Amino acid sequence: MTDLRSGTPLVEMRNISIAFGGIRAVDGVSLDLYAGEVVGLLGHNGAGKSTLIKCLSGAYQADSGEFWIEGKKAQIASPRDSRNLNIETIYQTLALADNLDAASNLFLGRELTTRFGFLDDARMEAETRRIMAQLNPNFKKFKEPVSALSGGQRQSVAIARAVYFNARILIMDEPTAALGVHETEMVADLIKELKNQGLGIFLISHDTREMMDLCDRVAVMKNGQLIGNERVEDVTEDDILSMIIMGKNPKKQQNYQN
Amino acid sequence: MTDTTEASDASAETKSGQQDLGLIGKFLKGTEIDTRLLGMFGALALIWFGFHIYGAVFNGFGAMLTPRNLWNLSVQTSSIGIMATGMVLVIVTRHIDLSVGALLGVTGMTMGIVQVEILPQYLGLGHPLIWIVTATIGILMGMTIGAFHGWLIAYRGIPAFIVTLGGLLVWRGAAFLANNGKTISPVDSTFQLLGGGPYGTIGATGSWVVGIIVCIAIVWMMVSSRRSRQRHGFAQRPIWGELTVGGTSCALVIGSVLLVNSYPWPRGIVNQYAAANNITVPPEGLFISHGFAIPVLILVVVGILMTILVKRTRFGRNVFAIGGNPEAAELAGINVKWMTMRIFMLMGSLAGLAAVVASARLNSATNALGLLDELYVIAAAVIGGTSLAGGIGTIYGAILGALVMQSLQSGMVLIGFDTSVQQIVVGSVLVLAVYLDNLYRKNVK
Repeated sequence: MTDLRSGTPLVEMRNISIAFGGIRAVDGVSLDLYAGEVVGLLGHNGAGKSTLIKCLSGAYQADSGEFWIEGKKAQIASPRDSRNLNIETIYQTLALADNLDAASNLFLGRELTTRFGFLDDARMEAETRRIMAQLNPNFKKFKEPVSALSGGQRQSVAIARAVYFNARILIMDEPTAALGVHETEMVADLIKELKNQGLGIFLISHDTREMMDLCDRVAVMKNGQLIGNERVEDVTEDDILSMIIMGKNPKKQQNYQN
Repeated sequence: MTDTTEASDASAETKSGQQDLGLIGKFLKGTEIDTRLLGMFGALALIWFGFHIYGAVFNGFGAMLTPRNLWNLSVQTSSIGIMATGMVLVIVTRHIDLSVGALLGVTGMTMGIVQVEILPQYLGLGHPLIWIVTATIGILMGMTIGAFHGWLIAYRGIPAFIVTLGGLLVWRGAAFLANNGKTISPVDSTFQLLGGGPYGTIGATGSWVVGIIVCIAIVWMMVSSRRSRQRHGFAQRPIWGELTVGGTSCALVIGSVLLVNSYPWPRGIVNQYAAANNITVPPEGLFISHGFAIPVLILVVVGILMTILVKRTRFGRNVFAIGGNPEAAELAGINVKWMTMRIFMLMGSLAGLAAVVASARLNSATNALGLLDELYVIAAAVIGGTSLAGGIGTIYGAILGALVMQSLQSGMVLIGFDTSVQQIVVGSVLVLAVYLDNLYRKNVK
């Protein structure tokens, strides 16, 4: 890995492993992420991308390995720990409570309260309206349970939740899977903007073309192992595809030949 | 105030402006009344008038809509209603508690032993502290058993159905063993007041005071909610809508005050009371009102506190989040296991409180105390709109559901139906109610 980045990485995962019933879903993966950088995670279904990311977001606990966040070793035993480290996650399933409205979902687990300790629904709704006006100006269904929303609207609620709390590190697991062309473009713009604000972003997607556009670096996984971790400028789409399919890094082989 | 109509409110907003909603639609939109609430009141009215008219036509006397019967109905509803408010939280989080009746039985029996056989030895018979100590022990015991159930469910992963089914048998058996199947009676005289009865009421003046305080609270709540909406620039309810809702609510409160005040003490009690207080009873008799019964006030206070807990606290919001999507709640950093355990602790405490009311009302602790109550409590919550799929339910719905169940029961007793017929009717109504609720939900969507 030739890399010109300097300073401490926002995230450093060292030798992360996790197994489920004998299957090594993630097998000794080390990966880092710098401020203002978008790192794309690629691989087939079951390659271990989501599992790796879920270890970072606290949904799973890694069997072994270390997390270093902004230069400090961190224990991530639950989603709460992860949130306290300013890591926000947009899950593939969106992780929304369908029976609650947008504001309740946005502030889930971090509800705003009045000075008497009661929920401040009016302020939460006002804040939701404020952030939605930036993210998705067409969003109007503030009073309805999110089950009544379209896929794109639900997605924007999940994105708003991750963005609202001033995350330093953002994990997006297939954020555009359920979206139309226009909405996908909006998400892409948002990723660029957040990157310019200095956030570090892990992005999972199956769309190689999209990844080439958005990411600074791509990391490819197969069978739980990290196959390649390359700057986007240094690889072609074909290189990436062959890493995904063959599980071999052509760049590395070239290096050997040279 | 209600979720459903606020939803339709918002959708109307997006369609930009008023469409022809029709008179009823306009009324519902302006008042933001939950149509389900209206349905429950409708069912209640149907039951009340139906049984009254049936009695008037076939038995020559309509006993249903008399102050006496409605007052009794309010007392009978209390114990089930108190537990139903807790069952809402249990069912909303996709669990069930089959043990509440047995819990009521074992805490009732324990309280009977404590106040009749243990405390008088140390405090003396009729000591004013007895009822407080007894009730506290009962509620704490319910909470402890609930905590144990909750721990098994949340931290040991045993399904709630199994844990509480086991609990039903275990605690029913424990209640029997506690006093070898003997009935304990009578209970402490102050404790007895918690169950109602002529002395366990707050009288005409007290009822007026309560009624007026409640009306003031209703008006204050409406004003403050309007202010809060104004501050954030949200849509306001039209003034006529506010007046209709406020006026109807206050009228209901005042109406119930008038009702309970028009039910006088029976002559025997009046004479007893007059003799004890050196009052001469005039020949035409003294009219002393019952007023609200203490257990009903307990139910109202529990209902208000539980509504605040559900609607206005993080605990309540998280309960509904868990019900809607347990995985999402966990990912949002909510400690689902600890929440589950606390919900069962709350349910246990409420069963303990219900045991206070039920044993005080019977003036005894018997083995049959709370028998089959779990089914009535679950039925009340479900009839009140709590969805067994989780995530949906209201406290007021459960209390109204308890009132509907009790009204059915009471109505059938009044017109002389057999117990077996009563069971058939109650069972069928439960199924029908859930079916109608399903239809309603589909139409709303």
